Amino acid sequence: MNNIDFSTKVIEMKGITKKFGDFVANDNIDLTVHKGEIHALLGENGAGKTTLMNVLYGLYLPTEGEIFINGEKVQITNPNIAIEKGIGMVHQHFMLVDKFTVVENIILGKETTVKKGNWNTGHLDIKRATKEVEELSRKYGLYVDPNAKIEDITVGMQQRVEILKALYRGADILILDEPTAVLTPQEIEELIQIMKSLTGQGKTIIIITHKLREIKQAADYCTIIRRGKKIDTVKVSDVSEKDLAEKMVGRQVNFVVDKKDIEKGEVVLNIDNIVIKDNRDLNAVDGLSLELHKGEILGIAGVDGNGQSELIEGLTGLRPVESGKIILNGEDITNKTPKYIIERGISTIPEDRQRRGLVMDFSMAENFILEKYHKEPFSHGNKLNHDEIRKHAKELIDKFDVRPRNEDQLAKALSGGNQQKVIIAREVTNDPDVLIAAQPTRGLDVGAIEFVHKSLVEQRDRGKAVLLISFELDEIMNLSDRIAVIFDGKIVAILDANKADEKTLGYLMAGGGVDDERKQA
Amino acid sequence: MMKENRLKFTIIAILIGLVIGAIILLAVGYNPLEAYGIMIAGVFGSPKYISWTIIKSTPLILTGISVAFAFKTGLFNIGAEGQFIIGALVATLAGYFLHLPPVLHAIVALLLACLAAALWGGFAGFLKSKFGVNEVITTIMLNWIAFYLSNFLVYWDKFKRPNSEASQKILSSASIAFPKEFGSSLGSFFNAPVNFGFIIAILVAFLIKYVLNDTTLGYELRAVGFNKDAAEYGGINVKKNTITAMMIAGAISGLAGAVHVLGVTNEISILSAMEGNGFDGMAVSLIGGNSPIGCIFAGLLFGALKYGGYKIQPIMGAPSEIINIVIGIIVFFIAMPKMIEGLTTIRSRRKRGGEVERSK
Repeated sequence: MNNIDFSTKVIEMKGITKKFGDFVANDNIDLTVHKGEIHALLGENGAGKTTLMNVLYGLYLPTEGEIFINGEKVQITNPNIAIEKGIGMVHQHFMLVDKFTVVENIILGKETTVKKGNWNTGHLDIKRATKEVEELSRKYGLYVDPNAKIEDITVGMQQRVEILKALYRGADILILDEPTAVLTPQEIEELIQIMKSLTGQGKTIIIITHKLREIKQAADYCTIIRRGKKIDTVKVSDVSEKDLAEKMVGRQVNFVVDKKDIEKGEVVLNIDNIVIKDNRDLNAVDGLSLELHKGEILGIAGVDGNGQSELIEGLTGLRPVESGKIILNGEDITNKTPKYIIERGISTIPEDRQRRGLVMDFSMAENFILEKYHKEPFSHGNKLNHDEIRKHAKELIDKFDVRPRNEDQLAKALSGGNQQKVIIAREVTNDPDVLIAAQPTRGLDVGAIEFVHKSLVEQRDRGKAVLLISFELDEIMNLSDRIAVIFDGKIVAILDANKADEKTLGYLMAGGGVDDERKQA
Repeated sequence: MMKENRLKFTIIAILIGLVIGAIILLAVGYNPLEAYGIMIAGVFGSPKYISWTIIKSTPLILTGISVAFAFKTGLFNIGAEGQFIIGALVATLAGYFLHLPPVLHAIVALLLACLAAALWGGFAGFLKSKFGVNEVITTIMLNWIAFYLSNFLVYWDKFKRPNSEASQKILSSASIAFPKEFGSSLGSFFNAPVNFGFIIAILVAFLIKYVLNDTTLGYELRAVGFNKDAAEYGGINVKKNTITAMMIAGAISGLAGAVHVLGVTNEISILSAMEGNGFDGMAVSLIGGNSPIGCIFAGLLFGALKYGGYKIQPIMGAPSEIINIVIGIIVFFIAMPKMIEGLTTIRSRRKRGGEVERSK
């Protein structure tokens, strides 16, 4: 906070309006950021925060409005101009070359070459580049091994490389788009330290996020955007998380999930020492065992890429299980077909709803019958019964409050939250014994998250078993009865949710417990 | 509403094609009105011309449906040409070597042709689902194999008609042409080799529409076509459906070849190059919006342009290749609906702007 130089407005965006056809993504937004400030842009998905930053970075041209950088009026028509003006952006999805080293990635597009007088030999000067990168990382406390290959370093490290890349190009203003989405709690902690160190040395940072806690921890000021309009800019220390949430969604929100106290029942799903390979033929799931009981939500906490995706695909029959057994209600369902597994009572809310969950070019009605089109009453013999399919869709749309209320609407025309409602409606009506929910709230706004959580708890309260896989630790801690931590394809610990705290979980998620065991052994 | 737009775009694309064709004709020194007049007269001028147009269109409608069907299931069937050749070949073989009573003989020949072409197309589907080989590659290669296989068999001494570059003619019992006595009462419409092929094509269009929209098989095929990951997750056997889809697409193209032989040519010739009935099917499918019913109209349009278009050369000396340019431009613009959309919205926006001014 003491770093802020209120006399210098680094960024001033005035009356920014951005229209896509008839859709107004940004509606007359003003944004002022001072030198040395960490400024958060808060809003639900689709509120227009990324659009606003893409305007600043020159990816979109504003329909109306003016931009001033350091008091000078600028026309940012493409990212090169933005970079020239000292703006750097770290996108949510990193743009790094896996097979290149850290240095090679950082200098990409601005390669250091050996110069002889005025003559550029075109010969890469990796040594000098490495030295420059090392200096930069030391200056801002962003330690990364410059000679490591990107594919060998963690996601948190990759993010540092992205930040270094922007700094190497002379960025004074850094835009970070959802920077914490892929990080462990410890890495988030470190990122916040880095951000503070950067602003301490005169840099300015804008973070796009919908995570309230991080705003409270890191940001000085926060601008809230709702449906393309700026709602307010607040000093973060003056408001509570609840205030921020209410400004973001425009109504009261309830963070606490109500759960009945129920006894957990017998084991429905027994996963016994399974091994599943990933696409590179490595053991992504490597001797994993787990028991799931009736009437419980078992949360699997872990950082992305520790075998979660392969585990889900193995359980649902989409990926072969190399060894070990999956027992559902006493029956061995290892390596059965997806159809068989669904019919035995495992339903899934898939990790990637647009790739796995929905046929985007099908109508809602058609999507609702994806797993049961061949059954009565939706078809008789080989003939589809369109009346029944329609009736079924109308019922589900009513019951799950899917908008718009039009069963002929194509899935791709629905918002993310409504797409997820379609999937949940479909899976829950299968009345499964086991519901696997993988990243069920990824990319959803607060309202939709509440709905998804309620649905999962309902299943549990009805005595069904829910296996929740999520990278959001808050979600795991709020919903689960027990928490299993996955690391490197194994379950490294199982804790009762009421005894688990974030610090312990974060430690385990980063492989902490495993190392201790190795040391002991 | 989307359907209306499609139709509108298609009609605009056809008009643009004709206008650009006219400009080219003008540029090379011919009167476009005269040329198009000859084309129209060449198609509608006499009942015989109309029947020839329909006859020329029939195989295109069927190969169009074949490509459209495969497309709906997420496959790109470039193999319609080869499947057409196999259908024609097997129909001729069955029409010449088998001895069966009329009607039955024709039906058996049609079915055998479909079956053979289904296996031909299905093989590409099998390679895709078993080994992940892209069907675009395999079907192109299968086209050449079909082409040379057909030529090879026509050279077979038991099958080749002596002193000709063609096979033996099919027996009259296998023909699907309308009986001659039918013709005399109805005038010159029947001077052309009118046959049941067109009726078969229309029935197939409606059958395929039914299969796609109203059956569980169609649901599976479309789900796989739109998103095979979601289909797999929903318990649908993607591999089986890929093979099934290619078999059905192959059968339809094979049927096209069969009706062409049994209804019109009665033989197959030694080919120096592929005739393009299958390749034209891709354009027909595109113009028809990948809908089976749309393919009927697109096939007729295509047949009319080709049949009528070739008449401008002998009558006025204008190059008939102009018609291929027109067809090319139509396909080009249909493939770019966004561009036509852009053109029409600019116009309507201007209109709206004008209204605002007036209201001031």
